[in-house]
Amino acid sequence: MGCVYALVAAGLSLIFGLMELVNFAHGEFLMLAMYVAFFTWSLGGLDPVVGAPVAAVVLGAVGWLTYHGLIRRVLAAPMLAQIFATFGLGVFLRSGAQFAFGVDVLTVRDPWLSGRVSLGGLFIGLPQVGASLAALGAFLCLYLFLSRSETGLALTATAQDRQAASLMGIDTQRMFALGWVIGGACVGVAGALLAMFFYIYPDVGGPFSLLAYVTVALGGFGNVPGTLVAGIVVGLVEALAGLLIPPAFKYSVVFVLYLVVVLWRPQGLFGRF
Amino acid sequence: MRRAFAALLLLAVLAFPLVFPRPFPRHVMIMIFLYGALATAWNILAGYCGQISLGHAVYFGLGAYTSTLLVRETALTPWLGMLAGAALAVIVSQAIGYPVFRLRGHYFAIATIGFGEIVQTIVLNWDWIGGARGLFVPIKRPDSLLNFQFHESKAVYYYIALGLLALALGATRWIEGSRRGYYFRAIREDQDAAASLGVRVAREKHAAMAVSAALTALGGTFWAQYVLFIDPESVFPLSLSILICLVAVLGGVGSLWGPLLGAAVLVPLSEGTRVLLGGTGKALDLVIYGALIMAIAVFQPAGLIGLARQLGRRRAVAAGAGVRRESAA
Repeated sequence: MGCVYALVAAGLSLIFGLMELVNFAHGEFLMLAMYVAFFTWSLGGLDPVVGAPVAAVVLGAVGWLTYHGLIRRVLAAPMLAQIFATFGLGVFLRSGAQFAFGVDVLTVRDPWLSGRVSLGGLFIGLPQVGASLAALGAFLCLYLFLSRSETGLALTATAQDRQAASLMGIDTQRMFALGWVIGGACVGVAGALLAMFFYIYPDVGGPFSLLAYVTVALGGFGNVPGTLVAGIVVGLVEALAGLLIPPAFKYSVVFVLYLVVVLWRPQGLFGRF
Repeated sequence: MRRAFAALLLLAVLAFPLVFPRPFPRHVMIMIFLYGALATAWNILAGYCGQISLGHAVYFGLGAYTSTLLVRETALTPWLGMLAGAALAVIVSQAIGYPVFRLRGHYFAIATIGFGEIVQTIVLNWDWIGGARGLFVPIKRPDSLLNFQFHESKAVYYYIALGLLALALGATRWIEGSRRGYYFRAIREDQDAAASLGVRVAREKHAAMAVSAALTALGGTFWAQYVLFIDPESVFPLSLSILICLVAVLGGVGSLWGPLLGAAVLVPLSEGTRVLLGGTGKALDLVIYGALIMAIAVFQPAGLIGLARQLGRRRAVAAGAGVRRESAA
């Protein structure tokens, strides 16, 4: 689970690092990705594993549309207006999904990966293992892209200093849009992977987005590798907490962990101010 | 001229329940006052002091639960329960403030969300206070001011909500003009500069939080007595925290009248779309609500009060031009 959390949070972290803006519609992006995976399965007969690239493309497009339709217009606005732009988008997408798809809980039946494996006495569902590995793979791709390719470096440069980057001839507007596309694609893959073993309904994004915010803040806003570590920590803590205390409190433990960490490091584990 | 207009408006507000005896218009007005009061309370911390809290539902819920539990256990009048709720909210807010005020910007906002979720989870799983099933406020008859329950007519609720709003506005007005208000705004503009000039940043933030939390808790008690049923989903959710903040942002943050203006626009809109389009199970009202929020953020990021000020300025400029023309002639 931790790896999937990390992938959900990676998109959020990337966007924040680029333009200091928290996407409060991120959970709804995830929900859309899960629906995309569901429909490629139910209409196209494709397994979510194959649906993941489709979801990545669709959500990348959603990210692009969001940037050009909404975010570009509030870039100069105060932080509160930006919060509300994305929050409004979230409400819009969530209730739009309810309007279009209804409130029924959907599941993907008989995915390729099913059953469970034994790891040193612990039984883990095969879809979860597959999802973690795929999420790790996607994360690695993202990391290599950001640190090795020229476009990725331009993106990182824009995140570090917008003005200096534009003086170096980097088209920051294009980089912002690209950040949204990549952020959308990450959450697209994560959503498709989740669709293998999680229920799909319009409100599904809620808990995931809250965990994603905590993950991002824990790792330090804008720090992509930090997000991976934080995501795994959050996943582990949640699983252990579910084991040791009543499962209802497991999310609380995650929030308490965050509060304890920021008491000691206000900028998150790996963040810079 | 301005004073006369204000007096007329006040008179109209006071006379409203006499003119409109039907429950729905009164309900809408009560909601405007309640959300106006909540947003005004939030505005003291967020608008003046610059600390954007997304966990104010905690104080609202504390107010609602404290008074209701006191009624159930000790039959204490909700008026005293209201004060107890406010006191408890202040205590909790100070405890929360200790860790979260070290954080800035988005880190602060997310920490307050985290606290809201923790408190909601605790209440959801605490059986003695009703858990997820919630609590019914014990019904008391006949209607009396002491019992804070009025089953025959909403008129008294109307005046109580108006009183709450007046209290919140009064507190804001008082803070705005006081030395403390200047400290708050200094912290909002630049915390480090304020600290270097000798403003005790942590103490001032705690003070803003205390006032804001107490006022929010009063609203919570009012809500419990008005609806007579509370559960964690209705008084502690993140969506309530965000709604409070949304009302303030829509109207205009950091101004005295902004939050009320936001409530006066948003509440009728949401109640109206809910009545017209809700109940179909298709959530069309929420689709419109979401689109509306985006539109506001894009077209009027400074809130409606910004729009009102622009209009006022344009009129002033036009009037000034008229005067010049006359003097020229």
